[in-house]
Amino acid sequence: MKILVCMKQVPQKDAPLKLNESGTWIREDVSYEVNEPDAYALEEALRQKEKHGGEVVVITSGPARAQQVLREALAKGADRAIHLEDNAFVGLDALNTAKAFAAAIKDERFDLIFTGLQSDDYGYAQTGVILAELMGWPHATIIMQIEKNDAGIRVKRELEAGFFQFVDMPLPAVLTIQSGINKLRYATLIGIKQAKNKPLRKVTLAEVQPAFGENLQKIERLYIPQKTKKTEHIEGSPSEIAKKLVDKLRNELRVL
Amino acid sequence: MPDSILVVVEQREGKLNRVSWETITAGQAIAAATGWTLEAAVLGASAGSIAAELAAKKVAKVYAVESPKLEPYTSDAFAAALAPWLASKQPKLVLMPHTYQVRDFVPKLATVLGRTVISDCVGFRYENGKLVFTRQMFQGKLAADVRFTSESPWFATFQNGSFRGDQAEAAANPAPVETVNVQIADGIIRNKPQEVFKEAKQAVDLTQAEIIVSVGRGIKEQKNIEIAKQLADALGGDLAASRPICDSGWLPMDRQIGSSGQTVAPKLYLALGISGAIQHIVGMKGARTIVAVNKDSEAPIFEIADYAIVGNLFDIVPPLIEEVKKAMAGG
Repeated sequence: MKILVCMKQVPQKDAPLKLNESGTWIREDVSYEVNEPDAYALEEALRQKEKHGGEVVVITSGPARAQQVLREALAKGADRAIHLEDNAFVGLDALNTAKAFAAAIKDERFDLIFTGLQSDDYGYAQTGVILAELMGWPHATIIMQIEKNDAGIRVKRELEAGFFQFVDMPLPAVLTIQSGINKLRYATLIGIKQAKNKPLRKVTLAEVQPAFGENLQKIERLYIPQKTKKTEHIEGSPSEIAKKLVDKLRNELRVL
Repeated sequence: MPDSILVVVEQREGKLNRVSWETITAGQAIAAATGWTLEAAVLGASAGSIAAELAAKKVAKVYAVESPKLEPYTSDAFAAALAPWLASKQPKLVLMPHTYQVRDFVPKLATVLGRTVISDCVGFRYENGKLVFTRQMFQGKLAADVRFTSESPWFATFQNGSFRGDQAEAAANPAPVETVNVQIADGIIRNKPQEVFKEAKQAVDLTQAEIIVSVGRGIKEQKNIEIAKQLADALGGDLAASRPICDSGWLPMDRQIGSSGQTVAPKLYLALGISGAIQHIVGMKGARTIVAVNKDSEAPIFEIADYAIVGNLFDIVPPLIEEVKKAMAGG
């Protein structure tokens, strides 16, 4: 099977974020990492390839720094990479991002496209589903298991509140992958070495720009959320904190 | 025709998903602010009884959008049913709850119509004739005001818990219900969904727990779960976790709190090393008292905590266990 994995570079989970001067985006001088669900999507693609043969291609959009997620994916076993390289891609809405990806892969023939179920920065949870519609393919979301069969694939969808559902679907298809579908592997030293010689195709903004238009939605302002709850800080040495908290739990909240 | 808001509610096996009432409340609030008309719709093979339930609320009209092909749910059928109907009906704004089902079809529906979705919103503002939606970004560390720059219909989804479902205003007289029979051509539906099921091992019910000690990434290693368990035992409470802990297999999936796990409302929720991503917070923000221990003073969990302890949980928890034991022994 030939599988494309859409990956995104996002600020590290613990990285403190600062707003830019215009208050419309974060300052870019933070540490980045791969969007966590995308790492699971890559792992699943590698496992499918190990079972059924084929090829795993990874794609991302963003400035030069975003190449790091592709390098890591190649080191883990992806065969080649596509980088839509321009800072302008960071500000695209989900529809335009999907249109840019569709334009960049128009000469390719994939059986499956994987995305993570959502990104840790915008959190829209839309790009994969939109991409499916643009390709004219069926999709399934929040996937926890994939089995290939003669007619196509059987996937396990996660529903809410602990429910699941198997869905049979034809190929080609787009799947959005849930974190925890598998156990992530680490890149090996030899993998990291081999990654340096694997093909990485760069796509410029100009190449795909004809495919998309103006964003259909706009972030007017980004800000630190207003607190709705009054929070009391408990301070002191660990043993003082422990005493104070137990006193509150017992005498004020009466839960002990 | 005046501008209208259409709330599309969600049904599961003939029952209204209760989060839909929150979206009705949201729709009523936006209608009150903008002066736009509020209507509601429900999709299904037979949607009449839910339509009647909706008609008891303060809405101008309710649509029962029906086709035998709408059950079981598929994104293909939902988009095929709604796209032509919305294209001719032209509501200004379409609202839905941000459920897994809506996430599965609404981006497709909007794309078919050449429109966009502002998803997972937590509120709105209407100022100087401009409607702005507020949503969380960067896992809740920042918030954003987002507006539509496209033609209507506009699509927005609201996060679970953003509005109070029990505050949906009732109608003086029931709203009229119109049945809309939609045609879905053969061959449109490509996916074949099987029966919905629950994993057999799903044994722990945390929804009734009064005290929950919950661990996140800050616990670092599987062996460290033990000190959280000791604290839970000392408090007479249950042990739970955020998603990454269950993904790693350090605790079973049925101990997971959040959008993909259980939604809980204990008297006391003690969050140890949990940063407070949105997906976790939606599962526990209903707790009466939230105590958070985290070394990162900017962790989003502190936004909703009643008591904040900024520090290393490995320093705090051991003396806490001792103090709890003393208190429980009556000391």
